Amino acid sequence: MLKWFQRVGRRGFLHMEAGFNAVFGPRLNPLYHLGALTFLFFWVVIASGIYLYIFFETSIEGAYDSVEYLTYEQWYLGGIMRSLHRYASDAMVLTMMLHLLREFTLDRYRGFRWFSWITGVPLIWLVFASGINGYWLVWDKLAQYVAVTTAEWIDWLPLFNEPMARNFLNEAAISSRFFSLLQFLHIGIPLFLLLLSWVHIKRISRPRVNPPRGLMVGTLASLVVLSLLAPAVSQGRANLDQVASVIQLDWFYLAVYPLFDIWSYGGVWILLGGITLLLALMPWLPRRHPEPVAVVDLDNCNGCGRCFADCPFGAVVMQPRTDSQPFAQEALVAADLCASCGICVGACPTASPFRRTSDLVPGVDLPQLTIREIREKTLAAAAKLSGDDRVIVYGCDFGADLGRLEERGVAVLALPCIAALPPSFLDFVITRKHVDGVFLTGCREGDCYYRLGIEWTQERIGGKRDPYLRKRVPRERIDMFWAGPDRSNQLAQKLDEFRGKLRELGPYTKPRSSHPEGDSRWNDKGVRNVTDRME
Amino acid sequence: MTYGGVYNAKWLRYIAQAALYGLFIAVLGYFSVSPAYVHLPPDQALIKLSFSHPGQPKGGCRERTDEELARLPPNMRIRVVCPRERSPVFIELEMDGRLLYRDTLIPSGLSRDGTSTVYRRFPVAAGRHHLRARLRDDVQVEGFNYVREADITLKPAQVFVVDFNAKSGGFIFK
Ligand code: HEM
Ligand code: SF4
Ligand code: SF4
Repeated sequence: MLKWFQRVGRRGFLHMEAGFNAVFGPRLNPLYHLGALTFLFFWVVIASGIYLYIFFETSIEGAYDSVEYLTYEQWYLGGIMRSLHRYASDAMVLTMMLHLLREFTLDRYRGFRWFSWITGVPLIWLVFASGINGYWLVWDKLAQYVAVTTAEWIDWLPLFNEPMARNFLNEAAISSRFFSLLQFLHIGIPLFLLLLSWVHIKRISRPRVNPPRGLMVGTLASLVVLSLLAPAVSQGRANLDQVASVIQLDWFYLAVYPLFDIWSYGGVWILLGGITLLLALMPWLPRRHPEPVAVVDLDNCNGCGRCFADCPFGAVVMQPRTDSQPFAQEALVAADLCASCGICVGACPTASPFRRTSDLVPGVDLPQLTIREIREKTLAAAAKLSGDDRVIVYGCDFGADLGRLEERGVAVLALPCIAALPPSFLDFVITRKHVDGVFLTGCREGDCYYRLGIEWTQERIGGKRDPYLRKRVPRERIDMFWAGPDRSNQLAQKLDEFRGKLRELGPYTKPRSSHPEGDSRWNDKGVRNVTDRME
Repeated sequence: MTYGGVYNAKWLRYIAQAALYGLFIAVLGYFSVSPAYVHLPPDQALIKLSFSHPGQPKGGCRERTDEELARLPPNMRIRVVCPRERSPVFIELEMDGRLLYRDTLIPSGLSRDGTSTVYRRFPVAAGRHHLRARLRDDVQVEGFNYVREADITLKPAQVFVVDFNAKSGGFIFK
């Protein structure tokens, strides 16, 4: 059942994402930035909330009038702030729910991701509590409905002796004290939400908390447009002597409220409690089979810290040396955080195919696909090729099906993540003439399953990130296409074009001034020392 | 890089982006207030029965026997004991001769010495009704020790509260 839902959802997301990619391009694709967008909306809510609070009258008699003042007399600023506060809150629910669905359907919630998922669950309750609490403060008809219904709902739990709903029996019963408590909560709950959001992303290194500029500008502008077109307004002053019979509900926050009139309050508690429990247990229903994690080999680790810098999940820590080697630090992998992506291996300067196979053990390696195996498989696959357009395609487990490409007469090798491939491999296979060109593929750009793999690969090859691909490697013999799982045809087409280009280029010839010292521009001292020693 | 032939022209992509932003704010704007929800049909009113009332002590006070006293620690040797447990409150609400609600409200607290509480809503047709509320808060009493009846006229959407306060003489209709 869960699996079926996941499959359908996955297909849906992939289709939607393809559409959004066509319009926004992968860099600005909002579906790739749902968590960051939720944060953006949260900031808007906080900023506009602070402004509203300055003018908000905190008594039950004055609250409604002060909000009316903001809405009508001060429409140009207060009114817009109110609308932004409302719509950004709504948008938060929308993007949060999509974020949840997406992480679920793309299977990004189990295994090493359990922590992000588990800490996400209480965020849902806090977001809803903040929003519902906020509606209460306006003290209009909607507030009245929310107040009475929520109080009755909470009263179902055996918490209070005196039912909370008795505070809202009629106009005579209402107390300002209770109202002050609600305002206090409306600051307290969002603050707690902020704290927990921070915990939520704590284990992710370089979390994308801000959407890219273009997306941010477009999103904020459209919120302002909406605020001008359809300003948020109140629904008439609350009057507890009269039932608020017809209400304009905010369905983002209050969609379950109609259930209260159909089911019992207890039924809704059980439903929501059940959903929460299910969400909380999901990372273990069933559990992802844990793969062997990255292993450090101290004899080969020089403590350079590149694995630490590149690990997308903060699973590598650098600690003081525990052996007698003359380096200050050594790498250590925290097994419970490790995603087995191999990106650290791709970052390790000792993972170089130029080293002799017999002693090719890098500072950090994946037991399920070691660097030595990658080297052997690369050579074996390349050896089968012939002609003047010999290409090896490196891909990943989450991208296009490489088996179909193999039929087209290229060598293929699937890695856990494309960034698990050290750039020196490109150097090796091209300058040693094992192939005429290298083609890299993987997830969709902007949506790497292991978060940072595509970015790191592009930066390493572009000479912007350590370990750099050496300058002597002709870049026209390298091509990439981030096909994702759904663009096999385009991938094949790109590959054909690339091979055409290679045929025109002819075989690789060593440039005359190819002394390694000549390309110091890409190499800092550390790398050169290491690579020189290895060559 | 280009993504799909249709959108090659930059301006076409901008138009498509504007359309998607438009869709986004349309969804936000619409579901933020619509569709309207009818919580109570327009021809109905609401009777709320709610009070919080401590019932009478369940039994009378009695004197401890000498043996009982001797068994207690010296600082607790008080002769007269009054049971803390209170009577449950029995409540009945009728409208136009039809029973709306009948229940026995157990006092709160582990030793059942707290208040008996009720909070109930009854949507009823607006218009004229005869309402009768009866209550017994003492197990030693037969029948009801508080009764109130009244003819009431409920406007649509009106909230009519049936409260109870022994100090002000029993049921409060308002
Ligand atoms: C206030 C609400 C939320 C905010 C602001 C938020 C924000 C974020 C952000 C910024 C990231 C990092 C994304 C990245 O850099 O790749 C993230 C990751 C994640 N979120 Fe949320 N989130 C929220 C609610 C939730 C909920 C309700 C769930 C699910 C129950 C959830 C599940 C996850 C998971 C599983 C990840 C890990 C993704 C990965 O490791 O690639 N989040 N969230
Ligand atoms: S395999 Fe991936 S998650 Fe594990 S330590 Fe290496 S880079 Fe980090
Ligand atoms: S990248 Fe390799 S050599 Fe550098 S610290 Fe990590 S394991 Fe050690």
